[in-house]
Amino acid sequence: MTEDNLTVRKLKDKFANAILEATTFREEVTVTVSKGEIFEICRFLQSDEDLQYHLLTDLCGLDFFPETPRFGVVYLLYSMKSNQRLRVKTRVGEMESIPSVESIWKVANWYEREAYDLFGIRFENHPDLRRILLWDGFEGHPLRKDYPAEGPDFDKPFVPEV
Amino acid sequence: MAETRFMTINMGPQHPATHGVLRVVLELDGEVIVKATPDIGHLHRGVEKLAETKTYHQSIPFTDRLDYTNAMGNNLAYVLAVEKLLGLEVPKRAQYLRVLMAELQRIAAHLIWLGTHVLDMGAITPIFYTFREREAILRIFEEVAGGRLTPTYLRIGGVSKDLPEGIDEKIKAFVQTFPDHVKEYETLLTKNVIWMKRTKDVGVISKEDALSWGVTGPTLRGIGVKYDVRKAFPYSSYEEFNFDIPIGSVGDVYDRYIVRLREMEWSNAIVEQALERLPKGPIIANDPRITLPPKEDVVTDIGALIRQFKIVSEGFQPPKGEVYASVEASKGELGFYIVSDGSNRPFRFRIRTPSFANLSALPRMIEGSLIADVISVIGSIDIVLGEIDR
Repeated sequence: MTEDNLTVRKLKDKFANAILEATTFREEVTVTVSKGEIFEICRFLQSDEDLQYHLLTDLCGLDFFPETPRFGVVYLLYSMKSNQRLRVKTRVGEMESIPSVESIWKVANWYEREAYDLFGIRFENHPDLRRILLWDGFEGHPLRKDYPAEGPDFDKPFVPEV
Repeated sequence: MAETRFMTINMGPQHPATHGVLRVVLELDGEVIVKATPDIGHLHRGVEKLAETKTYHQSIPFTDRLDYTNAMGNNLAYVLAVEKLLGLEVPKRAQYLRVLMAELQRIAAHLIWLGTHVLDMGAITPIFYTFREREAILRIFEEVAGGRLTPTYLRIGGVSKDLPEGIDEKIKAFVQTFPDHVKEYETLLTKNVIWMKRTKDVGVISKEDALSWGVTGPTLRGIGVKYDVRKAFPYSSYEEFNFDIPIGSVGDVYDRYIVRLREMEWSNAIVEQALERLPKGPIIANDPRITLPPKEDVVTDIGALIRQFKIVSEGFQPPKGEVYASVEASKGELGFYIVSDGSNRPFRFRIRTPSFANLSALPRMIEGSLIADVISVIGSIDIVLGEIDR
């Protein structure tokens, strides 16, 4: 079923080496690609006449700690032309960075800032990569698996000096 | 020596027209906005992190508190995602009850939007009208689910309770009178010269820009893009209902206003259809490993009590995999992306909220316009900070 999908076929024709895996789970198509070509793949998906994935519905990070490469970035695309969704996944290591897709879909600006804020994933060529939900000066990235859910200073209550 | 400098104004985070704790840093040249930078996160509660430490059932109440004006719709998006992950079939009656409640909630959410949006711009009267009808809906929720603002009515596999005796009459009474109330709001606003001057050709965004900025919901439909998740990916039996997707043409604040008004009327029609055709049968799927047993059984039957205890304390273990399920919430496409590693807690719990993407397009809509228009544009994209900051 995955092989019949037009998007998957086109991607495999054009980026034969970069497409690592294409799966279907609960009727959702997921394509795993290598990090190096993510920008070209996204631009192709957005601009190709037959595909037209004009809407970046979602972009988010994943933490696979302690696996390497540590992080995952997931792009969820929607094409109004074919009324189809496509999930594109890639992996990125802790010390690496990944190309930003901000110039393809403007909404990626905030989504990438969020992934940077909560996971510490760095995006190359992002125009304004700073924290978005947490304040500047916050230490750590809370959605990482090694960050305690109750906070690092849970057992050290803040007592103001009188 | 003359020097031109822009004035920087801090709008918010405590500002009545920002609908919560949104801060927008505005750079002004006289009255014209040169640059706008929204600053969010004041209401960040870490729901995504918190949900990773809870079982699937325990996360339902968090979803009410995302967009607290649209609690039923949020519940629906979340339970749909978990049901998709499990491959669980939901009984027809539960699906219809979900539609009924989600559409009543959409009306209530749009009524809050209408009241506060026009209040921001100085029209004090409509909010008293809209909150009158909203109160009727909240009373229905209170009888059905026990809660008003955050009812947590939906459960994985169905809904928590069946409709109580006599509620049909109350819903019917509401449905019959509501179209007249919409006409009342229209007499106050639609042809009102002040309203039109404040909203026509304000906050316009092109179709290409809106798609690039990920805008969904009435804000996108105001431009004439007919994208509605209820039609594009029908869920919970929406394909069996007869309704249309209202669209605008220009994409200004006025078009969004018209789109939302028409949407309320269609929601009202859906509520009427759901109530008329409400099928008989169970209200929750019966899968002993996943769904909660009926409350009567829990207090009379030891087997059901043990089942309830197991599900509440340990939860269930869905198959390994990842799913995305979305609904058309009152603000746009609300989706849940859940990654399961096969344990009883989600590996990743991601919430795609409509307000987040819609707000990111705010600078695009207001740069180059007057500072007074910021108020009307923020109101027209209908943000709720609870779901932006999560």
